[in-house]
Amino acid sequence: MTPREETDTERGRREEAELRRVWAYSSGWRYAANVNNQIVGLWYTCTAFVFFLFAGVLALIMRMQLAVPNNDLVSAGTYNQLYTLHGTMMMFLFAVPIFEAVAILVLPQMLAARDLPFPRLSAFGFWCFLIGGVFVGGSIFFDAAPDSGWFMYPPLATDTTQTGIGADIWLLGLSFIEVASIAAAVELIVGVLKCRPPGMRINLMPLYCWYVLVVGGMILFAFPPLIAGDILFEMQRLFDWPFFDVARGGDPVLWQHLFWIFGHPEVYIIFLPSIALLAMIVPTFARRPILGYGWIVLAAVGTGFLSFGLWAHHMFTIGLPALSIGFFSAASEAVAIPTGVQIFVFVATLLAGRVIFAIPMLFATGALAIFVFGGLTGVMVALAPFDWQAHDSYFVVAHLHYTLIGGMFFPLVAGVHYFYPFIIGRMLSDRLGRWSFWLMFCGFNIAFLPMHITGLRGMPRRVFTYPEGLGWDGLNLVSTAGAFTMAAGIGLLVFDVLRPGKPRAPQNPWNAGTLEWVAGDPSEPWGIRSVPPVSSRYPLWDQKNLMRDIGAGRFFLPGAPEGKRETLITDVLDATPQQVLRVPGDSFLPLLAAGFIGGSFIASTFHWWIAAIVSGVIGIGVIMVWLWTATAVIPSRPSKDAGMGVTLPLYASGSASVGWWAMFITMVGDGTAFLSLIFAYFYYWTIQNAFPPAGMAPPDGPLMLAGSAATLLAWLAVLGARRANSAGYPDMVRIALTASTLLALAGGALLLLAPWRAGLHPTAHVYPAIVWVVAIWTALHLAVGMLMLGYCLAGSLAGRLSREHDIDLRNVVLYWHFAALTMATTLVVLALAPLAT
Amino acid sequence: MLFRSETPNLWTLLAPPTVWALHFLFCYVAGAIICAKAPEALDELRLAIAAATILALVFIVVAGMQAHRHWGFGSDMPPHDTPTDEDQQHFLGLATMLLCALSAVAVIFGAMPALFIAECMR
Repeated sequence: MTPREETDTERGRREEAELRRVWAYSSGWRYAANVNNQIVGLWYTCTAFVFFLFAGVLALIMRMQLAVPNNDLVSAGTYNQLYTLHGTMMMFLFAVPIFEAVAILVLPQMLAARDLPFPRLSAFGFWCFLIGGVFVGGSIFFDAAPDSGWFMYPPLATDTTQTGIGADIWLLGLSFIEVASIAAAVELIVGVLKCRPPGMRINLMPLYCWYVLVVGGMILFAFPPLIAGDILFEMQRLFDWPFFDVARGGDPVLWQHLFWIFGHPEVYIIFLPSIALLAMIVPTFARRPILGYGWIVLAAVGTGFLSFGLWAHHMFTIGLPALSIGFFSAASEAVAIPTGVQIFVFVATLLAGRVIFAIPMLFATGALAIFVFGGLTGVMVALAPFDWQAHDSYFVVAHLHYTLIGGMFFPLVAGVHYFYPFIIGRMLSDRLGRWSFWLMFCGFNIAFLPMHITGLRGMPRRVFTYPEGLGWDGLNLVSTAGAFTMAAGIGLLVFDVLRPGKPRAPQNPWNAGTLEWVAGDPSEPWGIRSVPPVSSRYPLWDQKNLMRDIGAGRFFLPGAPEGKRETLITDVLDATPQQVLRVPGDSFLPLLAAGFIGGSFIASTFHWWIAAIVSGVIGIGVIMVWLWTATAVIPSRPSKDAGMGVTLPLYASGSASVGWWAMFITMVGDGTAFLSLIFAYFYYWTIQNAFPPAGMAPPDGPLMLAGSAATLLAWLAVLGARRANSAGYPDMVRIALTASTLLALAGGALLLLAPWRAGLHPTAHVYPAIVWVVAIWTALHLAVGMLMLGYCLAGSLAGRLSREHDIDLRNVVLYWHFAALTMATTLVVLALAPLAT
Repeated sequence: MLFRSETPNLWTLLAPPTVWALHFLFCYVAGAIICAKAPEALDELRLAIAAATILALVFIVVAGMQAHRHWGFGSDMPPHDTPTDEDQQHFLGLATMLLCALSAVAVIFGAMPALFIAECMR
């Protein structure tokens, strides 16, 4: 050996030791403090699978009950809880979270990032999911599960005498989880846009990243309407505000709109990430790059958009105008185009390559077969006249299971087989995989194919039993047999995953081309040894010696000499390196924050108001401590050598910082929720002859104007604070921040005074109720804005806010843009719209 | 600028389906309001939808022409997978062009009910 080589070896050992120490997993009693994506992603995935198995057992109980006519295995009431919880858990606790789980696990590796930009946010999302999920799922053991169907239609579900606490558990538990979903969306969008390796331009991203980007965006526009709906729903259940009560001007159909504006895009939010797994698996086993990369991007973006124009096809039978039905029917047919494009791209890639039928590929082809079948019945039910016949029958049950199990579950199992080696470091059994596939595939078709006929023969969904002799008996028995066959296949998969003694996986066992397969030994916590420059869509296929050079630490960020967790931030389009981002390490704060915020939701369910408020306030306090101690930390020097002769800044603010993007994305979601409330206002306006109705006055005009003016001034003062900070006048900054806080307080107070002065009682009619909700929403945003201003003021006094280090202030300014816009909209809707009518 | 940019970006990519979304929203909202408040104005509504459709299609065609230019007028065929500014631009141009086609089809689909359905009838 020459001395030079020896130096290299020593350097390598030192760097590896540094990285290992910095990224080490917390163990022992600190295990729950982990925030590293490799651990959190695994927790997330396992938890979602446990919920899946739980919901699957509920389905088996239902199938046993329906196996023979006039069965009395379970009562009607229990059956109601079973199907409600089955649907709820499969959709909210498995199908959507598993996307977030897999993405948190796989995405950073695929991007050669050490972690996502906000690891503690991922952990917080996981804990929210776990707490909310156990709360909702566990309710069935207390005979308190929701029982009005997974879409909770009023007036049944708002009737507190007919539905018990289950409905509240559904609303509050799931609202809490939706917050976690939005948090994950923020994390993943910023991850894809800003954490790619140098050189991974937008045209070189793995297709999985495109799907994550699209689905993240969809979550931002799909979940907030449901949150808005949940607010209205819960206000009616808890305080008798009549949003869905026809006698006082409300309308149950509004819930259907808000639910399905969420619910239909949700189907695609579930479907696209699983198709994304296929987009990774198919090229690997076809041994060639995907054909039609651009077409997949078209399909992903196109489906993402069109899926928002389909929601009312769940409502064809409620008496919408024929014209409206036509619009939704047309859009429902149009979405088949991009969906079909994806299928054809996969088929073309398979035809053009030399396919290896390994287990993941087997599940992938099974998925395509089942999904195409489900897609075709989808085209059928998108036609309103057919839907009028099939609505609420077992035909729809069959259709939705074909799309979801073919479009989501089979690709996911393909993904489990595909990614297991790099996540766990072991290979799953080929033989068990084959058995498991055929049991699942045959079982699924035996269970669900007959349901099309059962449905066409008139069997409605959600009945707990049926009389004999209607032509449903044999079909149901076959379905039950199929369900248990499928369950056996899933059981085999679970056995294979859990059994000890599986062989060790070699590095990149499938010979895939993308960067996640660089991770050889999953026990190394650092994600990737050094961050390589990328110049191909399949770097492991096209870039010579890449794996070796990454392992030797020849690329960016090979070590961690300062003992900090670091990852690279790059430009959105060209992926040129911009910053070395220091991410926070392990902490119990996310767990504590989720625990207390979750406690607040749970206490509200039981109407323990004081406990709810105390828990919520402590939760907010914990979040403040978390922000203060671990975000926007000022580095000891402005820049560092990132390796490969590049020096990068350690601190960036404004639109160059990941925090700014997170704020922007969050506020887009927040704005969507607000617009959903405004949609509700105008929805009521269309169904009422006069809105406000006779005898009711709109909120006091002068007070509204004064409140808006105060808010506008508060916003201007925030802008002034930013300006003063850039110019280097800290005293001016503090004065402006204080003034802004006081003005915001005045603005919020005046805004709330306006409907009060007009004598609007929210329980009297839907008009005052919706006015109050909009006013309270805006006032709450001003209150949060005040909290942020106080935080900046404290930062300024503590020396954390300066001319160069202004992340917090820049983000707060961005928040205030949205807050001011919210206030302006509130003024127009509450004060000006009544004048126009 | 969205429509005069020399290089494509994620906003130019999203513009055509956004036009579809606005067109769809207009058709649905206007249809719902007219059918609830003034069914007798349905014919005017159908004309308005026709106008909106033409406007949307014009936008999409303009965006498509720009995307065609970004694509290099088809001088370079896919897969556009080299790490150069040129290929990045060609890829975004192609994807945008495909999205223009899809958006145009979806806009026409969306307008068809207004062509064929002449009453609010529930």
